[in-house]
Amino acid sequence: MNHLIPFWFIVIAILWTGFFILEGFDFGVGMLHGVVGQDEAGRRAAINTIGPLWDGNEVWLIVAGASMFAAFPGWYATMFSALYLALVLLLISLIIRGVAFEYRGKRDAARWRRTWDVLLTVGSLLAPLLLGIALGDLLHGLPINASQNFTGSFWDLLQPYAVFTGVTFVLICLQHGATFLCLKTTDGMRERSWLAARRVAPFTAAAVTGFIIWTHVTASTAFFLNVIELLAVLAAIAAAWLVYEHREGFAFAASAVTIAACVVSIFVDLYPNVMVSSTNHAYNLTVYNTASGAYSLKAMTVVVIIFLPLVLGYQTWTYYVFRRRVSRKEFLPREPASDVTAPPAGSGERSESSAAEDARPRPGAI
Amino acid sequence: MTSIDLARVQFAFTSINHFFFVPITIGLAFLTALLQTAWYRSGRADYLRLTRFFGALLVINVAIGVVTGIVQEFEFGMNWGAYSRLVGNVFGAPLAMEGLAAFFLESVFLGLWLFGWDKLPRRVHLLTIWAVSFGSALSAAFIMAANSWMQHPVGYVMVNGKPQLNDIWALLTNPVFVWGYAKVLFVSLVTGAMIMLAVSAWHLRHRGEPEVFTRSARIALIVLVPAMLFTLLVGDELGVIEGKYQPMKIAAAEAQWTTCQPCSFSLFQIGGGNNDETPTQIIEIPHLLSLLATNHWNGQVVGMNELQAQYSKQYGPGNYVPNVFIQYWSMRVMAYLGALVLLISLWGLWLIRRKKLETSRIFLWVAIWSTVLPFAMNTAGWLLTESGRQPWIVQGIMLTKNGISPTVSVTWLWISLIAFILLYGTLGTVNLILMLRYSRRSLEPERTETDPHAAVPAVQY
Repeated sequence: MNHLIPFWFIVIAILWTGFFILEGFDFGVGMLHGVVGQDEAGRRAAINTIGPLWDGNEVWLIVAGASMFAAFPGWYATMFSALYLALVLLLISLIIRGVAFEYRGKRDAARWRRTWDVLLTVGSLLAPLLLGIALGDLLHGLPINASQNFTGSFWDLLQPYAVFTGVTFVLICLQHGATFLCLKTTDGMRERSWLAARRVAPFTAAAVTGFIIWTHVTASTAFFLNVIELLAVLAAIAAAWLVYEHREGFAFAASAVTIAACVVSIFVDLYPNVMVSSTNHAYNLTVYNTASGAYSLKAMTVVVIIFLPLVLGYQTWTYYVFRRRVSRKEFLPREPASDVTAPPAGSGERSESSAAEDARPRPGAI
Repeated sequence: MTSIDLARVQFAFTSINHFFFVPITIGLAFLTALLQTAWYRSGRADYLRLTRFFGALLVINVAIGVVTGIVQEFEFGMNWGAYSRLVGNVFGAPLAMEGLAAFFLESVFLGLWLFGWDKLPRRVHLLTIWAVSFGSALSAAFIMAANSWMQHPVGYVMVNGKPQLNDIWALLTNPVFVWGYAKVLFVSLVTGAMIMLAVSAWHLRHRGEPEVFTRSARIALIVLVPAMLFTLLVGDELGVIEGKYQPMKIAAAEAQWTTCQPCSFSLFQIGGGNNDETPTQIIEIPHLLSLLATNHWNGQVVGMNELQAQYSKQYGPGNYVPNVFIQYWSMRVMAYLGALVLLISLWGLWLIRRKKLETSRIFLWVAIWSTVLPFAMNTAGWLLTESGRQPWIVQGIMLTKNGISPTVSVTWLWISLIAFILLYGTLGTVNLILMLRYSRRSLEPERTETDPHAAVPAVQY
């Protein structure tokens, strides 16, 4: 028995969990930026709370996918070809979302920006929905034959459990993003973020509870929830309560635990399967019948042990560097005629520079 | 079209598009880091303004380069399921390593660089752009290691008909990889430097800040000349190596049906292709093909007919000849454009020495339009490499036609192909418009504060 096989299953679960914790609030901010930031300055402030972070967060998904390819080629091949159209839609969502961040500020035209705002919102909504559907399908089962090939149609992907998983993920991301915005914005935007969190929280808690029970019933014959499942429910309820108590930091931590526990639940309940076959459980894909050879796993283990802590280190540092709240005032157009003014040294320069930023056309700025 | 054709067209389309942005990112990240280093060391405001200016162009491309890269990663599993299943344990490893070691580095530090202007000490901020540059180059290394394994599989044993990795070091010292990667790095510098030269030339032609843009044009040319020269030299050596491991690819690039020794190189041909074994070859240069393919004056190049017979015996009946038309012409487009870029850059260097660069309106005009050359050259190079590997998806191990996902329908493939064409077409156009717009902007005005240590404003979305 090769211990690296379960180890790599854990690594992949960690990567998916890390992705949802981090990119989860990016998705939430993407969906909420129009609600929380009610004018151009507000929307820009909302987007800039995740500006330096979203790209690095998204890499978690890419590494998760590549790790599945490398460690469990059979899983990767079956899953990606089975979820084909859902993944095409996911890719489109991720693409328009990614370029929306970069392009929306590149032209000073209301229609241009509105277009990217809409694309950003839709992309940020569709991505967690589709990823939730994908993960739900793994657990609930898809028609898969003896040679590990998917035999169903697109509609087989949209089973009630999977769709419910997707909706649950969207709700958690909404709440996660709202509490993130509470922590990262000021004044009116902070208020509105909190209000959004308050509105979403009860639905999220209900959805998570429903999702966990459904997951438990689908995957397990035991009566009681396992620890992780229990944690997800408790964290979701705690997150809602903390939002009502107006404890921003704890509410964000609780929503992070909720999202993590939900993802981990799926993986824990899945193991040792990686994809369930609804045709015949004998055809289930497991970690063992899809894994790579011992040598590849060993080589990649060395790499992951060296680099994952390193990545966590510099990514944490990034969060520390950009720990400040982002204020809408920084993005208000001040003197339209003024050009880029020399910012004074110290902490005042941000508002200066961003005011100048809005006074477009502005020469030479990125 | 069959599902194989559709899957191939889709992969070709998305890869070619992806590789428009990759060399810009690698090249411009390096040049931007160079400019910022010059600013850090000299304190000259011009360098800072150039850093910000070319950094803006870099960032516009990184976004689309990153998202088109995600498509590449997903496509293996979506369209090439049987391939992924068979070779994932060799081919997947470098991809996973790429994400962990390189892609994280590039993405996280790009955020730090972009938004960290006023938050990080200058030295640390300078390091972040170097981390981006290093990360993007490292990323290409792993991808090229994976791709080279498809051209020349090494470091594996066959277990139950499946290749199993047994030597990762062999993957990373694969001669096809070492030379292919060097070529990608040099060609990225060529692409980045050519963009920098063209943008500078445009501003010089429109009399914008001649002093600053002469400076950037000079830097671009100083990078461009050796980079292009090395691209040609490395490309020549790569041709010899590929000739050894993939003789069919090289024979097809010269439309060489019969074995020859010594072999001449034709500048052009009329006719040719897989059904015409006797094209009219025009201006033949004796011995040149022998030199290119084997590094020997009288080297032997085995013809496609002989290789076909040999492969049929070795691997069973089938057609092992790639598309000869694509091979012949992509090889020539690549080489001729490379030579053209070298000539243009030498011309520019000569003008710099004579201090006439900013006034030579002809050169400036040529330099502006030369931006398209590296892209045409890169695309031709990839067509030569990838189409020349056909009919194999992994040379000698798996045929392309056996690599596709067995259960993905033609309808799905059509849907995804059309979706990607529409999306890439739109975003490519937007990207081009933004690039042109930002290339034509004037530089940020010089900062007027008296304190040279004042923070430079951060960039925000």
